[in-house]
Amino acid sequence: MEYSLDEVMETVHMTLYQNFDIRTVTLGINLKDCIHSDLEIFKSNVYDRITEYGNRLVFEAGKLEDKYGIPIINKRISVTPISLIIESSHEDAPLEIAGTLDRAVKDAGIDFIGGYGALVQKGMTKADEILIDSLPDVLSGTERVCAFLNIGSTVSGMNMDAVIRAGKIMKSISQRTENGIGCTKFAVYSNAPEDNPFMAGAFHGVGEPDFSLNVGISGPGVVRSVVEKNKSCDLTGLSEIIKRTAFKITRAGELIGRELAVNMNVPFGIVDISLASTTKVGDSVAGIMEQMGIEKMGAPGSTAALALLIDAVKKGGAMASGNVGGLSGTFIPVSEDSCMNEAVRTGALSIEKLEALTAVCSVGLDMIAIPGDTPAETISAIIADELSIGVVNGKTTGVRLIPVPGKKAGDYVNFGGLMGETYVMDISTFSSRDFILRGGRMPAPITGMKN
Amino acid sequence: MTRVLVFITVIGKDQKGIIARISNAVFAHNINIEDLNQKIMAGYFVMTMLADMSDSKITIGDLKKELSDIGKQMDLSIQAQHENIFKAMHRV
Repeated sequence: MEYSLDEVMETVHMTLYQNFDIRTVTLGINLKDCIHSDLEIFKSNVYDRITEYGNRLVFEAGKLEDKYGIPIINKRISVTPISLIIESSHEDAPLEIAGTLDRAVKDAGIDFIGGYGALVQKGMTKADEILIDSLPDVLSGTERVCAFLNIGSTVSGMNMDAVIRAGKIMKSISQRTENGIGCTKFAVYSNAPEDNPFMAGAFHGVGEPDFSLNVGISGPGVVRSVVEKNKSCDLTGLSEIIKRTAFKITRAGELIGRELAVNMNVPFGIVDISLASTTKVGDSVAGIMEQMGIEKMGAPGSTAALALLIDAVKKGGAMASGNVGGLSGTFIPVSEDSCMNEAVRTGALSIEKLEALTAVCSVGLDMIAIPGDTPAETISAIIADELSIGVVNGKTTGVRLIPVPGKKAGDYVNFGGLMGETYVMDISTFSSRDFILRGGRMPAPITGMKN
Repeated sequence: MTRVLVFITVIGKDQKGIIARISNAVFAHNINIEDLNQKIMAGYFVMTMLADMSDSKITIGDLKKELSDIGKQMDLSIQAQHENIFKAMHRV
């Protein structure tokens, strides 16, 4: 036999016992050619485009699941940033388009659609402002629409006026949805990638073709398992072992992504090699770190361990695919990771340590519940801190915070399903209000001047 | 004609008739067994069967359902996966 029994069983074990899956196949769709001066025709163009390709995505992905026996957990769509396609429309257009997106993906059996957002790192157009103002209505009134704002970049600096708005918007969304759950569908970024397949920040960038099929692989459970089996090797050896595992799972993602793109007759985009936790036991990034020898995530040494982990994943992934893109880091979404939640509950992990961790991984302060009475200016200040890390270091960072109405630090909150459960984190009560309300634009760092 | 190779894998408690039941099922669908490998790993019966489906009319999805029914009756975990996934993961 061309393959040894051990090799075949390694793959089978990954899917059966280690939660290996393709986390998402996300079809990027250009909507610019759907624009029409008549809003009804505009909406109809958008609906038809999304349902046609959405139905095909679900059907073709299902066939590949059967063929390869690797679950494809999420089938998603990202679209052109909506602020760009409503520039010439009436002020009511954003809400109407959001409703159309929501209806179209529901009808097509797609679980989330990303791209309801704007690129405002340097400034806001009138349409950007209208879209931002619509976010509380859209995120409380739709089920499957995800929103993003790109607020900073290494070449443009950071738009502090947008940072101020983002803090207020998060508060407003949280107050209008149960447990603030609407905030789980809204993320703000610096250096947001145009081909990210993961929600809530997926959008189909302006440099993309009409269609682009992007794949997000995963496999914290697989990596955790190999680390667990290699308790005595040194960190050089451990890096090598993680690298080999990342290579294998990336190859699987690349195979499935390419074949899906061919079957749908659309260009293949990228493989995003991010490790992404899920709420399943064992499918945890913090769990990998525990197996590496960190008692609880957040303990001294956590940043070094995470740096080693993500470096090995990137090296293995880059060897496996010529089309690595998207975020390609390690996600640390607190509510979605059971070991991370335990670290929060026991006091091992603070938001300050999470911020430090994001200096070495993508993608930022993710799925963190904070007290409902946190002032909007404090939320803006946390956003400014986190995005500064991305702006200055030339990397993507994001913020997805959930102010939970009526809850205080230490309280338990359950968002349900994929969004998980967590404990409300303690936030500093010292104020940065006067700093934040200065507004303006933080100039681009000197490291952005590479030309 | 291009061959359609699938790996059928079985994990579970050793018992009489595992290979017989699976061989009968694939034969009934005109599937040719090309290779077979089995051993006891950590107390479990483990088997991989490489089969060529190119002359068969059944889809991998339907084959999996049939094998899964046998698996339920015999308390075994039975998978069927196209060979390409193993090539992608284990061969450069």
